Amino acid sequence: MKQPNSTYSPLAALNTPAGRALIALAIVIVFGVLFNAEGAFFKPGTHRDAFRQASVYGILACGMTLVIITAGIDLAVGSVLALSAVCCAKMAIHWQWSPWLVICATVLVGAGSGWVSGGVTARLGVQPFIATLAMMVFARGLAKYFSGGMKVSTAVQQPDGTYEYVDVPDLFRMIDTRVFGGNVSVVTLIFLGCVAVAYVMLAYHRWGRELYAIGGNEEAARLSGVPVALSKTLAYVASGAFAGIAGICQAAQEQQGDPEAGTGYELIAIAMVVIGGTNLMGGRGGMGLTLLGVMTIGYLEKILSINAVPEAARLMLTGVIIIAAVLTQRRGRT
Amino acid sequence: MGHERTTSERQPKAARVSLTGITKRFGPVSVLEDVDFNLLAGEIHVLAGENGAGKSTLIKILAGVHTDFDGHIEIDGMPVRPRTPLEADALGIAVIHQELSLVGPMTVADNLFLGRMKSAAGMVCRHQQEDEARGWLNRLGVNIDVCRPVEQFPIATRQCIEIAKALSRQAKALVMDEPTSALSEPEVERLFEMIDQVTAQGCGVIYITHKMEEIDRIADRITVLRDGHRVGTAPAEELPKSKLIQWMVGRTVEDQYVRGSSHAGTRRLLLDQVSVHRRGGGRHAVVNNISMEVGRGEVVGLGGLRGSGAGELLLGLFGGVGEVRGRIELDNEPYCASTPRQAIERGIALLTNDRKGTGLVPPMSITANITLASLRQFTRFGWRRKVLERRSAQQAASSLKVQAASLNMPVKALSGGNQQKVAIAKWLQTEPRLLLLDEPTRGVDVAAKQEIYQLIEQWTASGISILLITSEMPELLALSDRIVVLHRGAITAKFSRGEATAQKILSAAMGS
Repeated sequence: MKQPNSTYSPLAALNTPAGRALIALAIVIVFGVLFNAEGAFFKPGTHRDAFRQASVYGILACGMTLVIITAGIDLAVGSVLALSAVCCAKMAIHWQWSPWLVICATVLVGAGSGWVSGGVTARLGVQPFIATLAMMVFARGLAKYFSGGMKVSTAVQQPDGTYEYVDVPDLFRMIDTRVFGGNVSVVTLIFLGCVAVAYVMLAYHRWGRELYAIGGNEEAARLSGVPVALSKTLAYVASGAFAGIAGICQAAQEQQGDPEAGTGYELIAIAMVVIGGTNLMGGRGGMGLTLLGVMTIGYLEKILSINAVPEAARLMLTGVIIIAAVLTQRRGRT
Repeated sequence: MGHERTTSERQPKAARVSLTGITKRFGPVSVLEDVDFNLLAGEIHVLAGENGAGKSTLIKILAGVHTDFDGHIEIDGMPVRPRTPLEADALGIAVIHQELSLVGPMTVADNLFLGRMKSAAGMVCRHQQEDEARGWLNRLGVNIDVCRPVEQFPIATRQCIEIAKALSRQAKALVMDEPTSALSEPEVERLFEMIDQVTAQGCGVIYITHKMEEIDRIADRITVLRDGHRVGTAPAEELPKSKLIQWMVGRTVEDQYVRGSSHAGTRRLLLDQVSVHRRGGGRHAVVNNISMEVGRGEVVGLGGLRGSGAGELLLGLFGGVGEVRGRIELDNEPYCASTPRQAIERGIALLTNDRKGTGLVPPMSITANITLASLRQFTRFGWRRKVLERRSAQQAASSLKVQAASLNMPVKALSGGNQQKVAIAKWLQTEPRLLLLDEPTRGVDVAAKQEIYQLIEQWTASGISILLITSEMPELLALSDRIVVLHRGAITAKFSRGEATAQKILSAAMGS
């Protein structure tokens, strides 16, 4: 029985979280077309850069989505990104490890940080906000400790105190490049890969279902035999691992490991997830929505920057748009 | 302590609070039908009735929690209609819940003057507040340091503080909903003395209790509610125990479901001296030394009123709460579950009494809810087998006649009856041998109720054992092969199907 005004009408389809996230993205793109900075918006390079610049945030948003679906939050991702970037640069530049080993070790560093904050939240019952806030401070300290408070760059200090410039490691070159005739950045591919992994876990794996159940009603999930503490911890582990990957990308793009990197990135990642329509209350949302949220903010930033909007105005505008997007999402829910 | 009151004390006094023609519906279900109730100055008026009789709803209307009702409320002859708990408070209605409404980290004095602080030029006059607080507490015979935070005092003292707060606000009616459930015997004595103090000041007390002994001791008048109707109001001495229970249960026996003959077989579950303690080792065991058996295909009903411990027993068996001590055997093998997962693996399922709070995941789809407890069956190496899952959920939903446009709908969009069927379907997927049913028909319409009765019949025929809690007496009588009655965590009576009557069960449930 198809009813004309039920799920099949195109208008009703727009009144779903995905539909509303699409509308937000469409509005941003329409603005791009209107304020195209004398055609700059129509150049492929603009789109490539919009994606490239959003990719590191987007990778963080993948992990953030998993955590937010359990009704948690991970404030540590920005600091874990810095920690990973420092570790990555140290291993790749100073110790000249092979690229794959560096990748694995860095992701493990990120996952380890996530495991700690996840364990503190899920096993010890500390609120996610507090547990990850502590990890945010701790990981930043650890990053500064490992780097000695300085950027880990290709200028390597020798035993006699002089600096010698070494080659940029292959790993960094591999990541900070473009493929497909220069039209796609490698970091964008990494970002899309992360989206795919998170999407598949949420949509096709038992663990993903358990995350939704925990976010939707933790007590019911527990009484249905869901291993709540384990599944929740793993969400933070995944978020940490994604922050590790983001750290590698960041280090590769900057060709150094900066212990101050990633400050405030967690908030942008949260904004991306929320603009997509994933609910901070948990149990609702998904990776597809987050992808739309990432693109919305990515394009917004790009459009503002090609139009040479000063940073002060850009920040204020971004704040206003986040609220507008979230209000639209909320209206749809009631 | 003398509680006998002379008739002169009960001269016709002005009604402090009177409710007339109160009717309240939740959706199509009417929970109060044309109920009249009045509270005189200085009297202790016990509100009695079974679970679900409408007592709490009536209190909530008076306390401004429920505002969409029909009928009239008068306080001291003035028509009023409290729209929020705050308004009710300002009108002189003080409600003392089991969960007290004090602000834990604030001092006793601050709590007493919360929202109407004594101040001069915007500054709080702490000394004046503390002196006055001490004065009110002294009147109740309580001598405590009013500068200490409330949370440092035991529950009994906190209740005193609540009462002092009500007095200091010149409350006209004090509502006490099972105030003694967390108190020890001497504390109860103190509370009763305090209630006398309160009534001496002209404040009326509405007292809700499930304990016969307390009704005997303090009631001036008793009003009995049953199924949302007022059965009657009478002075305590004109309502002996037998008649009171008669009033509480006396319903027609027609249109009751009658189950077929028993399917009881060999022993499935054995409880030997089982106690359940709250995690963290609270003072009392919530369930005390219970010994009983359940056979294959048998329905054992657990009778009891609020606070009987029956719900905790089921949760404890399921590994869901606290610490279980004692010997338990399931099919002649020792059984012990510390998590629900383990209980499910041993073939136990718990249908909780609160679908939205503990039973279902409201934003998830029907399919996802149905397969939640048995996800491992539908995954290979952790990957969900969507086709198998969907087919299985479809089968379960159609065999239970779940009415939904699509199984991808979130369960929160379903009616109560259909939600309950989804919760049942979830547990049937785990192929249980022992079903723990806590209020399986709560908030379910009549048709769905009948369907659930028939399901119970089918399950027992196939050898599934059932431990059943229900607050509806006819249901308990109709469905149970045997009935075990609990009062304050201990067994007070066991009845076979033939012996059980509503009167006997209720009187055992009230601890007499």
